[in-house]
Amino acid sequence: MASSPELQNSAVAPIVVIRGADRSWRLHWDEIWQHRELLYFLTWRDIAVRYKQTAIGVVWAVLQPLAIALSLSLFLGRFVPVQPQELPYPLFAYSGMVVWQLFAQGLTESSNSVLASERLITKVYFPRVLVPMSAVLASLVDCGICLVILSVFLAYYRITPTASILALPVGIFLAALTAFGIGLWLSALNVKYRDVRYTLNFLIQFWFLATPIAYPSSIVPPRWRIWYELNPMVGPVEIVRWALRGTGVLPLHSLAVSICVAFVLFAGGLYYFQRTEDSFADFI
Amino acid sequence: MPTSSEAGNPIAIRCEAIGKRYRIGRQQRYRTLRDSLTELARAPFRHIAASWRSLGEDSTSELWALRDLSLEVRHGEVLGVIGRNGSGKSTLLKVLSRITKPTEGVAEIRGRVGTLLEVGAGFHPELTGRENIFLNGAILGMPRREISRKFDEIVEFSECSRMLDTPMKHYSSGMYVRLAFAVAAHLETEILFVDEVLAVGDAAFQKKCLGKIGDVATQGRTVLFVSHNLLAVDSLCTRAICLHDGKIVLEGKPLSVTSSYLRKWLPAFKEVVHDEIAAAPGNDLIRLHRAQVRPVNGVPQDPITVRTPIAVELEYWKLAAHTCLDFAIEIFNEHGVSIFATARLGQPPAPAGLLRSSFFIPADLMNNGTYWIHVAVLLGGVTPLIEWQDLAAFEVQDAPSELRGDYHEAWPGAVRPNLEWKMEHIGPLPSAAAGISPKDQHR
Repeated sequence: MASSPELQNSAVAPIVVIRGADRSWRLHWDEIWQHRELLYFLTWRDIAVRYKQTAIGVVWAVLQPLAIALSLSLFLGRFVPVQPQELPYPLFAYSGMVVWQLFAQGLTESSNSVLASERLITKVYFPRVLVPMSAVLASLVDCGICLVILSVFLAYYRITPTASILALPVGIFLAALTAFGIGLWLSALNVKYRDVRYTLNFLIQFWFLATPIAYPSSIVPPRWRIWYELNPMVGPVEIVRWALRGTGVLPLHSLAVSICVAFVLFAGGLYYFQRTEDSFADFI
Repeated sequence: MPTSSEAGNPIAIRCEAIGKRYRIGRQQRYRTLRDSLTELARAPFRHIAASWRSLGEDSTSELWALRDLSLEVRHGEVLGVIGRNGSGKSTLLKVLSRITKPTEGVAEIRGRVGTLLEVGAGFHPELTGRENIFLNGAILGMPRREISRKFDEIVEFSECSRMLDTPMKHYSSGMYVRLAFAVAAHLETEILFVDEVLAVGDAAFQKKCLGKIGDVATQGRTVLFVSHNLLAVDSLCTRAICLHDGKIVLEGKPLSVTSSYLRKWLPAFKEVVHDEIAAAPGNDLIRLHRAQVRPVNGVPQDPITVRTPIAVELEYWKLAAHTCLDFAIEIFNEHGVSIFATARLGQPPAPAGLLRSSFFIPADLMNNGTYWIHVAVLLGGVTPLIEWQDLAAFEVQDAPSELRGDYHEAWPGAVRPNLEWKMEHIGPLPSAAAGISPKDQHR
């Protein structure tokens, strides 16, 4: 019996200890790393499925932010006091929408992801955090497509990126991290409290107005600014615009605040998620 | 597959005093955030006091699916796990495969684990067969290299090669299951947890799957096999345990465990009564009051033989007047084989109240043995609303009848209908018969 190769392997096979009373908290980074291929497949599935059912496929990813940026330019562009060194309004609105779309889509998809994967979660074990993570990664891919369109816009307006374009990934990463952090909270809460998903729409609409997408943050009165910047999406939007513009002051303050808030949300979300994931299969 | 050969192997799975508690009260309804918040706002102290109390001995709303279960499985063993529905079999598998966390106790697992609680977990109807093979393989924990290497083998096993690049929503249910099982069957982990996946597909494919699991067993891998199919447990496993109320009640060689399970843990319960509507199984549309199996002219305590016409009755509270509720009832024998299903679908809605639905099984139809009744409640004749598996059981005893004559051994077959036989004399022997017939017979 012992001659089989599997058995010899088992000498070095992982030992998993399942402890009932164990309430200690630790992150299983090693396990997430082991399941990186699954993360890839889940992300790929999300993208493939999203575009297979639609008639115009990937164009959807581009269309939404483009349409909103277009209508903003048509109806609001004339009234919004954009500073002269700022990007032309259509580009201003579109760059804001690209970041916003990443955030809004990543947040929506990740918040609903755990409930949507009910069958997987009750039938197979894998680190549950991969589910909301893959949802955010999938919206990053969409964001990549939008960035291609953005570069076409830049060429049209004859804007040549300077070295500041290197800050663009920072803004993108920060928006994705914020979406993931809140997505972790909401996807775990969603398992126990089904009304999270109804709250989500409202949350996102409200948040949109509280973020400088259609208007520059300079219209916010200085005494409100400190509260305004607590919105972790202010930093990413401003840094992306600064990265494209290449001139003006680096919005260091709002960036620093956004980084702090995003990391607090992310760490808290991760903690809450890992704390509750063991009971997902019992409640879902 | 001798039992003793694994005795010296290292231990693959060790459980010590595993317990899993479910809170049933809380599970019945999804809480809304509003509930929690208003509760908290209204009476913060009462809320805190209540959560303190729930830490204590409040046992009314909790159910121990597993309690104090200890078990050791050595490498190379194929352990069959049997028991009634609700005995904790599936919970044990879920705990060991880490889908859910035990409430107490420790388990230790040495080796890479593959879990087959459901074939085709994670299949997506929009993706093609090819894409789903990779996705499902990744979900089951197969490295991509391994899937690529076995891809052709998987496709061949599934018998779906023609449809490989078609989205799976166009697959028939049989093809779906075949492809799903093909991926699962090629999982190369040292430890495999299998739950009832064989209850799918047509008979020929089931046989193929059983063979594949048998192969796994002879490769020296460790398998935990949860099944209703006692025949499969007998033929595949090297050892078996039987669970009842979350505890191991029988343990040993498969044949002895399955046969004493049949004798001891299946005392036919022919009558199930729930007097309190609030605690009765069901939901806000229907609650079960009573289920009983009895001879047509008798009470549930009377014996049933192969010659007895049997009445099966369900009494229930129908809570809403305008819903169409239908029952579909399936009868299984002790080997988990479905004997027949019966229903009367598409009836006009009955008024609310305490109702009784019943049907009769004619005499001389059932073979002797133990039968289990599964009840599904359908809404509007199509949508499954509730399933009560193993709701009731009854034993049909053998009785002398004209079928048997002087034959006293076991009567084969899933059913034993007493069919009309006829014998007629339709002509004389031909003259050639003289050469072959015994001499003394035609005198």
